[in-house]
Amino acid sequence: MRITTTVDGTSYTDEVEPRMLLVQYLRERLGKVGTVVGCDTSNCGACTVHLDGQSVKSCSVLAVQADGREITTIEGLADDGELHPLQQAFHDNHALQCGFCTPGMIMQALDLLKENPDPDEDEVRSGLEGNLCRCTGYQNIVKAVRAAAEQMPSAARQADVPQEPVTASMPSEVSQS
Amino acid sequence: MTAVAEPEVGRARRRKEDARLITGRTRWTDNLTLPGMLHMALLRSPVAHARITSIDADAARKMPGVLAVVTGADIAEEQGSLPCAWPITEDMKAPEAPAMAVGEVNFAGEVVAAVVARSAAEAVDALEAIDVEYDELPVVLDMTEAIADGADLVHPDLGTNKSATWVYDSAEAGSGGAIDDAIAQADVVLERTFRQQRLIPAFMEPRSVLVDPTGEQITVWSATQIPHILKWMISAVTGVPETKVRVIAPDVGGGFGGKLQVTPEEIITFLLARKLGKPVKWTESRSESMQSAHHGRDQIQKITLAASSDGTLKGLKVELLADMGAYLRLVSPGVPILGAFMFNAIYKMDAYRFECTNVFTNKTPTDAYRGAGRPEATFGIERMMDELAAELGRDPIELRQQNWIKHEEFPFTTVAGLTYDSGNYEAATAKALELFGYDALRQEQRERRERGDKVQLGIGVSTYTEMCGLAPSRVLGALRYAAGGWEHASIRMLPTGKVEVITGTSPHGQGHETAWSQIVADRLGVPFEDVEVLHGDTQSSHKGMDSYGSRSLAVGGTALVMAADRVVEKARKLAAHMLECSEDDVEFSGGKLKVRGTDKSTDIQSVALHAHVAHDLPDGMEASLDSEATFDPENFSFPHGTHLCAVEVDTETGQTKIRSYVSVDDVGVVVNPLIVEGQVHGGLAQGIAQALFEEAVHDESGTLTTGTFADYLLPSAADLPSFTTDRTETPATTNPLGAKGVGEAGTIASTPAVVNAIVDAVRHYGVNDIEMPCTPMRVWKAIHTGERAAGGPGDEAGGGLGSIDASGGAQ
Repeated sequence: MRITTTVDGTSYTDEVEPRMLLVQYLRERLGKVGTVVGCDTSNCGACTVHLDGQSVKSCSVLAVQADGREITTIEGLADDGELHPLQQAFHDNHALQCGFCTPGMIMQALDLLKENPDPDEDEVRSGLEGNLCRCTGYQNIVKAVRAAAEQMPSAARQADVPQEPVTASMPSEVSQS
Repeated sequence: MTAVAEPEVGRARRRKEDARLITGRTRWTDNLTLPGMLHMALLRSPVAHARITSIDADAARKMPGVLAVVTGADIAEEQGSLPCAWPITEDMKAPEAPAMAVGEVNFAGEVVAAVVARSAAEAVDALEAIDVEYDELPVVLDMTEAIADGADLVHPDLGTNKSATWVYDSAEAGSGGAIDDAIAQADVVLERTFRQQRLIPAFMEPRSVLVDPTGEQITVWSATQIPHILKWMISAVTGVPETKVRVIAPDVGGGFGGKLQVTPEEIITFLLARKLGKPVKWTESRSESMQSAHHGRDQIQKITLAASSDGTLKGLKVELLADMGAYLRLVSPGVPILGAFMFNAIYKMDAYRFECTNVFTNKTPTDAYRGAGRPEATFGIERMMDELAAELGRDPIELRQQNWIKHEEFPFTTVAGLTYDSGNYEAATAKALELFGYDALRQEQRERRERGDKVQLGIGVSTYTEMCGLAPSRVLGALRYAAGGWEHASIRMLPTGKVEVITGTSPHGQGHETAWSQIVADRLGVPFEDVEVLHGDTQSSHKGMDSYGSRSLAVGGTALVMAADRVVEKARKLAAHMLECSEDDVEFSGGKLKVRGTDKSTDIQSVALHAHVAHDLPDGMEASLDSEATFDPENFSFPHGTHLCAVEVDTETGQTKIRSYVSVDDVGVVVNPLIVEGQVHGGLAQGIAQALFEEAVHDESGTLTTGTFADYLLPSAADLPSFTTDRTETPATTNPLGAKGVGEAGTIASTPAVVNAIVDAVRHYGVNDIEMPCTPMRVWKAIHTGERAAGGPGDEAGGGLGSIDASGGAQ
């Protein structure tokens, strides 16, 4: 099947097998290996990306379902080399050790902050419960997300929401805000 | 002269490693792609014990994109036997351990065939076309039954399911009295049997191997903790000369002992890449990982504690059964033995005996998992101390205090024969009690009991020590371990003044790049930013013993200090030549080399350049400041601490909620407090997860029923509390950094703290133990049946994980 997607601001058109998962498409066809696979039952959340501005586990979405839609991965989050406030907060608060869960954790945290700009600790914990980390015990992740919430201008929360409706013919130079 | 810069050691430096990891610019093994690369998928046995009567792979071989289908028989000649580096006794029984099963399978998940294809999808598709016929054999699962007379055998040719029995006896070793005397003379003798359930390390990055045979050397990228050991072992197993093997551990996503292994999959990928002459990559699914990557713990501990009526400990007897699973992997037999020296913990006693029998079953092999033997030991003794306190009607803290080694008694040689160099259990405990609000919580506990509150409060104590800094090579030799315990480091002084540090440690989340930079920056007086740490590639880091057992800083960090000091020695000599003074008159401080009593000076960067261009060197001096060092510790290091846990147990539902958790750890001198605190947090999470959530369960046919993250309950953020962590500091005296190691502390201490708290909450219902994981069902049953708890070993998966089961929930 032929699909056209916009991933981290670049438009791609590809033939894919109907069974191909979005995460496989991202990693194997587009080389977006910043997004990783941690399980096969959609429990771990390591593969979390944004699909039209909403977090999804990309192992639970078929590539063909992404046709005509906009995807943001961890690789598209920094703006012109400048870290997104969430990325900065993860660094500042030592919210990662091995870093394998980090891309998914950051993408999920961004989704959480969009819905709840000022979450308390319990709200952060329940907002991230679909993302597993084996290294940190989550304490510094929670701290980082709350720190980012304080520092994030509202625009950063919308970092990956397209400025215009996404169309299949979106030019590749479409910019990320 | 200039103001002394703030020392790097002790600073909460944010990590160098993060920049790539937070932007997705990562090199996990599975991210790597090479020209012409092929993909491998593995067919695994669905049955736990069987003869393979036939394998029909003809259809699979004809499938599109398939280059090869290989069975165990096809590679039997070349695959050798997977290494076990720790034959704990002379007469230890060890079965052949082929990477791919030949003729028989001994656990569900063992590899029976491999497909190599153009794409991963085509390889997996072809697995379905392979037809294997099994003739099933009796399955051995229960350790106690396995060692009974007439038991079915996992490996009939060995004639027994007992692999080895290892004994430490203080009377025989001369480190104490005879245990039987101690027990006979004691006023109180307590006996308990605890079960250390089987756990799964569950590192987040699934294992992956990529082998490229197209160069002069065969290059192996693997998600491993041990690139150096792996290189050695690949050569030993396959016969390929070590000079023709290069191993790279690129970014590695966690290990926790789970990647301290020479895996069947590494050997199979290596052999097939070599056979096909093309790069071959294998990446496991999570289900494969759960089923076949080595498991941890799995012991039955029978413990006898003897004391006098005033609470003074007299003797401790430990009788263990340790489940090896179907094969002995790299250090499987030695894992319980690492606990042998730790059951006596921080306490003084007259006599000690430890006896462990390693048992084969038809389950996934066990091996190192965070703490490896030491958490089991700490759990055993700390549970017993609470039991003794209850028996004697004493406060559990006070009873510990009565028996622990006092700070002025260090160095102290224990009844298990180890010499603890330093520690201050009083200080750590005092700080923990204060942070915890111990007295107020005890008061609330009394009130809740008195009013029969449906929610009961329990307080759990765990004081611990562990032996870290693995390990003095002579001790490893005495314990029959096949390798040494030293570590290596080298330092390259580049002409631009930048510094390359090459370490034999192999970090996979611990932050060595940052911490090692701090150490070298201090030692050489160069900026933190100017230090680059290279690791994990046997071509650049040619010598090392890798990372496990909280060894990297205490052993590898010390090698680094020694190498840096050698750089300074060389620099001093050259600076004397440059400054035209005697070497003795050169003072080195903060990167400056100064002629004593004058304002003449140079800096280490200038000296490095001077050495590099070599136009004017003192007679006989080599054109280099580069230095290396290998450090072999004289003794282990002994971190310790006091952990306190308060739980609320809902007596109507059996649900446990951690109300507060305080840890005060003494890990010696801290290089980076940010990293240390993170290590403690993560350790606590894993230890608490053993107490409350996690268990690898096999059904009666030997099938792992907790084979996914939907069934094996890794806690999420919603299932864990915030921890209060703090530190005390008594420097280790056995290394120049004063460091003790922090990798396992949290895991070791937290499991007994939580279980002690739960038992404390419900002890007045007649409960004196609850098996782990303390699920709501087990706790409820214990409350309602009294005495020893509920559930029995391994007949159901853990429960109560709030994020998965909406009816439960620890949040």
